[in-house]
Amino acid sequence: MDLVTFLIQLLNGLQYGLLLFLVASGLTLIFGIMGIINLAHGSFYMIGAYLAFSLSTLTGNLFTAILLGIVLSAVLGIILEWLLISRLYHRDHLEQVLLTYGLILIFEALRSILVGDDVHSIAIPAILNHSIPLTDTLSYPVYRIFISMVCLILAGLMYGVIQRTRLGMMIRAGASNREMVQSLGINIQLVYRLVFAMGFTLAAFAGMLAAPISSVYPGMGDQVLIICFVVVVIGGIGSVWGALVAALLIGLVDTFSKVFFPELAGITVYLLMAMVLLWRPEGLFRMT
Amino acid sequence: MSDTLLEARELHAYYGASHILHGVNFRVERGETIGLLGRNGMGKTTLIRSMLGLVSQRDGEVLVRGSLMTRAAPHLIARQGIAYVPEGRGIFPNLSVRENLVMAARAGVDGHYHWTYERILATFPRLAERLDNGGWQLSGGEQQMLTIGRALLTNPDLLLLDEATEGLAPLIRREIWKIIQHIQATGITTVIVDKNHSAILDISDRIVVLNKGQVAFEANSADARNQPGLLHRYLGV
Repeated sequence: MDLVTFLIQLLNGLQYGLLLFLVASGLTLIFGIMGIINLAHGSFYMIGAYLAFSLSTLTGNLFTAILLGIVLSAVLGIILEWLLISRLYHRDHLEQVLLTYGLILIFEALRSILVGDDVHSIAIPAILNHSIPLTDTLSYPVYRIFISMVCLILAGLMYGVIQRTRLGMMIRAGASNREMVQSLGINIQLVYRLVFAMGFTLAAFAGMLAAPISSVYPGMGDQVLIICFVVVVIGGIGSVWGALVAALLIGLVDTFSKVFFPELAGITVYLLMAMVLLWRPEGLFRMT
Repeated sequence: MSDTLLEARELHAYYGASHILHGVNFRVERGETIGLLGRNGMGKTTLIRSMLGLVSQRDGEVLVRGSLMTRAAPHLIARQGIAYVPEGRGIFPNLSVRENLVMAARAGVDGHYHWTYERILATFPRLAERLDNGGWQLSGGEQQMLTIGRALLTNPDLLLLDEATEGLAPLIRREIWKIIQHIQATGITTVIVDKNHSAILDISDRIVVLNKGQVAFEANSADARNQPGLLHRYLGV
């Protein structure tokens, strides 16, 4: 493999990892801080992709579609937490899994009814539809760099919110002692609603960003869900920083294994998870 | 506005099948210091937690500043100027000392910040030295100071201290008692649960003794000091 091909694969791996991070960060927060196993998290990614498809068809502009999609996702996230998820906090994991699995089926059925079962593609906006030439024959698409940049900015913003703001302190405090947070006059229910809506929106946003390169298809949330649980387990449940490191690791391992060991590509991330768990059963990092 | 800050009327509380409080009547008037006494398992902590909305299985009424708040969420009760220092502390170990304090700061019911971050650090110089340490790195005494300091930053009118000196070395205990007296002197109403009955009798205006989930008797602290037999009967001291 020459250097340019290596660079291209490296960028692909990072871009995939950063996108995974957007989905997995919400999953790890909802699991680690709110104690909810949310199987429907992959569906949020799917919903985002379909929102991007439907809204960009409607408005004719992907950026407008994404802006509208973000608002809609946030509202959907708040309604979902208020209507269903808030009833799960005091219940055990089995009941959480049952309800959120039910949500997957409902979301897939709704998708089928509303948009149909066809595979759709979305055009990359003209302004980003270029490639940077690397050699005479190889080039790298600007849109993928755009995705990576947006993800990095969001990761930075998330770090800032969680580590530097009072809201972030409340979120972290809630993970260690919910009752005490309430006794300090803080509405923990509202904090959780925000965390859930944030997780929903990040996952949906990842789906919107990915739609032009991955296309939009039924069941697209399921694959993401499984990989994101691997990210959460490797990174350490509840650790956003861990999710970032694990997502990048998985992005790179997955991308390079497809190049070097195509026959093993389907299982390398699971092998990685098994190795990490043997070495550190609690994951790479502690809770945020 | 009523001068009763917190009141329980015929309060019953349950944990699963066990019936812990059997119709407790309890009033906290503005400005007083109440010692809440009773042997282990007699319902002191449950009474406090029930009034704060932290025990879900209850009957009876809870009034905060004269308004019925029996079914109110715990954070709404806290926002009425009621701060809680729980048994076993309750700092956030995954937050730094600074974050533990900052996250809770709030104006009092009167809209004023009597207790500021700076004032807390001046009151608890030991915390000022450890601002960047994680909560989990503090000693027991420091954790207790942090919990009390954090409660004060919510600018409460009423402070409920549950076993604030439990498990601390004698020297640290003395420091905590001094802090409690200092808080009292600033005019904050306090309810104190502690095993050190003589210390409670010394600093409280009134004591309430719980026995088997009921109020066994109430007395002025001065009277109780003069009748050691009473305390002996219910507390075995």
